[in-house]
Amino acid sequence: MDTIAEIPKEEYILKCTSACAGCSDSLALRYVLKAAGPDTVLVVPACCTSVIQGIYPNTAFNIPVYNIAFGAAAACASGMSNAFRAAGKKTNVIVYAGDGGTLDIGIQSMSGAFERGTDFLYICYDNEAYGNTGMQRSSATPLGAKTTTTPTGKTDVKKDIDMIIAAHEPPYQATACAAYPQDLFKKVAKALTFRGPTFIHVLAPCPPGWRYSTEKSVEMGKLAVRSGMWVLYEREYGKLTIGPQSKTAMKKPVPLEEYLAPQGRFKGIDPKTVEILRQRLTRNLQKLAAEEAAP
Amino acid sequence: MKKIATGNKAVAEAVKQARPEVIAAYPITPQTEIVEQIAEFVTSGEMRSRYIAVESEHSAMAACIGASITGVRTFTATSSHGLLYMHEMTNWAAGARLPVVMANVNRSLGPGWNIWAEHTDAMQERDTGWLQVYVSTVQEAYDATLMAFRIAEHNDVLLPVMVNLDGFLLSHIMQPLETVDIGDFIPPMHLPHAIDVNNPAGYGGLTGPDQQFRFRWDMERSMRDSVKVIEESEKEFAQRFGRKYGFTEDYRCGDAEVVVVSMGTLGKEAEVAVDQLRSEGVKAGSMRLRWLRPFPKLNLVGKEVVVIDRDYSFGHGGILATSIVAQTKKDVFSVIAGIGGQEVTFDDVAGFVRKRRMGTEFWFGVNSHV
Repeated sequence: MDTIAEIPKEEYILKCTSACAGCSDSLALRYVLKAAGPDTVLVVPACCTSVIQGIYPNTAFNIPVYNIAFGAAAACASGMSNAFRAAGKKTNVIVYAGDGGTLDIGIQSMSGAFERGTDFLYICYDNEAYGNTGMQRSSATPLGAKTTTTPTGKTDVKKDIDMIIAAHEPPYQATACAAYPQDLFKKVAKALTFRGPTFIHVLAPCPPGWRYSTEKSVEMGKLAVRSGMWVLYEREYGKLTIGPQSKTAMKKPVPLEEYLAPQGRFKGIDPKTVEILRQRLTRNLQKLAAEEAAP
Repeated sequence: MKKIATGNKAVAEAVKQARPEVIAAYPITPQTEIVEQIAEFVTSGEMRSRYIAVESEHSAMAACIGASITGVRTFTATSSHGLLYMHEMTNWAAGARLPVVMANVNRSLGPGWNIWAEHTDAMQERDTGWLQVYVSTVQEAYDATLMAFRIAEHNDVLLPVMVNLDGFLLSHIMQPLETVDIGDFIPPMHLPHAIDVNNPAGYGGLTGPDQQFRFRWDMERSMRDSVKVIEESEKEFAQRFGRKYGFTEDYRCGDAEVVVVSMGTLGKEAEVAVDQLRSEGVKAGSMRLRWLRPFPKLNLVGKEVVVIDRDYSFGHGGILATSIVAQTKKDVFSVIAGIGGQEVTFDDVAGFVRKRRMGTEFWFGVNSHV
């Protein structure tokens, strides 16, 4: 998978979704489903994806989608996966949930499903706030970011869900970004080859939430990776491999300010807060580099 | 086969016969014995189900929903706070038209921590779209659980069914139990809207104000249709296995001038009370309500009615009493008794009847006029 031309042409997200212009949730999902193929059921808790399917009796998703209550996606998928396996079916069960449904209200059922070794793929597309309800803070919102419930900027740091997932010792977990569709495609395809719970955390830049213009979603995703704010990696049976894009960023990062400046949510951010973000970013990169280097 | 069993064991035996593919459950007193017994059946290979030991009741019901929508039979059991914790998902299961079967061991709600019998837990689920049956003996717990699968999965119903048994008073009481070989009494499950990857559909997505009421009306239509399905299933059960059930269990009601209406094990106390009252010359009868949903048409014409509620709706009244008043348009003597496992004997029930005052409410142990 070295070129975009090798990605299947089949589309599982049809035209006329009700996604916002520049939405990278739907951009990411397009490649998730291309990688998963038609023998797949998507389990979706309350989130932007429950809205962008369209309004009954129409749906823009050409794949079975089971919508479920906010905190229940992983548990629902757990029942579904067990039922399919009991029936001898290999159907992929994929949870596609936002950061609220994953880091906050859904964390209990997700933790339970991972601990029980559920055979499913959990994808968290992370736009770093409650997008569906109009951008309130979530525990994925970064320090300093303005949301409708943190009007002067968030005073707490982003929860490290990936370390929480790692503590469950899944066979495979990865981070990805909607701005790198080939990388995402490969990771989804790989995750689905494992038996047991797998996790992909996808950064999904959000124009209305992050307050940048709609044509810049891919650019924002790339700046997140190039600045080191978002690190692309895989952890397979506990062994960490940092992606080449992030390796480059570690050697020669784009200044953090270049990532923050185009985003209205960071407008007027206190330089001290930027410094804390920078220190945390550096510490995270060092920590990941050390983990990768460890025998 | 005849044996001696608790109410909990009887439920587990029935579930073993029904062979659900997926069971997802979380323990809670006094229900735990049901899921322990089922886990043992699964571990020993007596049941070929998948047992998902979920981390909460909310997840138990969510997992049953996820399994059920693939078209397989599902079961869970809970009680009290567990039932309330899954409340969001009980609504979802009914709205999604999934024939999940659940045993609920009726228990009081905190605070304080009271683990004894009360019906308020299940009563708070009465508007969710679940069918609800309340049982009074170990045998009935077994029989009602078997019938629950057949009724829930019937094409004219496709709504979940909750089998209620009183905490400790039935869940932990040993009584004779006759288990049966159910044969084809529960036909293979066919869910018309099961997920099919070859015919993809969206489930439970955005639904506008021009559509939502249609789904709700369809639930009510099925709830009404469930009446004949329940009757037909109970008739078939009686023919095959010799035990008869109905929407109510009526005891000496025919010529009765005063009828005690109750639910669960209190109905059995009421039968003893009726015999005692009859020996004193009081023409009493007992009507034990079995199905709370769908709520049956009760024949109480020409009779005084004493309703015993082991539940309460604050600021309104006993839930059973107010339902009966709404249906029959007559005054009843509303007794609130048995809350949080408060002991209520047949003597007490006879006392309620002797000193009944129509149109009033009486809290047993609080008010003194009886």
